[in-house]
Amino acid sequence: MHRTGDLYGHFQTLEQQKETATLGMWIFLVTEVLFFGGLFLTYTINRSAFSTAFGIGSNTLDITLGAGNTVVLIMSSLTMAMAVWSAQVGKKKLVSIFLIATLGLGTVFLGVKAVEYKQKFDHHLIPGHGFDMKYHPAHPMARDDLKELALEKKEVDEAFAVDPDINFHGQLYFSLYFGMTGLHALHMIVGVGLLIWLITGSFAGRFTPQYNTPVEIVGLYWHFVDIVWIYLFPLLYLIDRHR
Amino acid sequence: MSEHIVSPKVYIVIFASLMLGTGLTVWAAFQNFHQYNIVIALGIATIKATLVVLYFMHARYSPGRTQLVIVCSIFWLAIMLALTLADYDTRPHDITLAAPQVFYCV
Repeated sequence: MHRTGDLYGHFQTLEQQKETATLGMWIFLVTEVLFFGGLFLTYTINRSAFSTAFGIGSNTLDITLGAGNTVVLIMSSLTMAMAVWSAQVGKKKLVSIFLIATLGLGTVFLGVKAVEYKQKFDHHLIPGHGFDMKYHPAHPMARDDLKELALEKKEVDEAFAVDPDINFHGQLYFSLYFGMTGLHALHMIVGVGLLIWLITGSFAGRFTPQYNTPVEIVGLYWHFVDIVWIYLFPLLYLIDRHR
Repeated sequence: MSEHIVSPKVYIVIFASLMLGTGLTVWAAFQNFHQYNIVIALGIATIKATLVVLYFMHARYSPGRTQLVIVCSIFWLAIMLALTLADYDTRPHDITLAAPQVFYCV
């Protein structure tokens, strides 16, 4: 394809090229909104039908890790936005620094997610053959808060008295939990790949006030993933804390 | 180039508001507002998401056609949510009555 510097032949100006690319990214993000929207819808319908099981499932999540991860992700959005700004004003070194900071924070988020998933394996809360919501309260682990666990046991026992099928409905909650956070994490992993590509480009000094479309576009993607988490966090972690 | 450059000051203010929103939503989750807990949680999340879209994603400074695409996505999402939930809400039977035996595996 004919190309002059960073300007492709079918565009008149770099500005037009950037606007077109941004519009294209937004159209992709619309499909993502509807794709995640379907999952949120499934979650809403099942939560209203099985609110006891969903409430107990939600209360087993670690709110400190969840809130901490929210802070980490919003911070990474800030550093991403600052990377875009650095490119726009031509501070090439800062572009690399902010992109690396974003990559670091994104990786921290994924690491914390891995710790949370491991806990769910340990507590027999993975949907499937070994799933049992009574397991963890009956088998405390070394670092558990016993008072919190006694509360959980009471809650689980009460729920079983009302609904003997709580283990099935609980699996529904955890299927959605792993499906939604897993898909979100997959988006983060793709984002990490994109960031590594950007960082390589920034080391070569590719991003300038005239041409910074890749940083802007990956930024849009990264912020979108942040927005998905902004909704996931209250819906998955916080729905039933006011017991 | 006539593109609008958002200053770091604006980014910092938005970041601080998002942090405040996160704190507020965690605090609100532990208060008992009865059926309004979910409304408050989603309300705060929506305000946070709007701030991200308008400032971090530069929607406020984007050309009109980009803004149109954004508004359309919200509109389509609203159609999907509203019509499906209206359907579930007005069905005579309760979906919790679906036979649990189907899922037996423990």
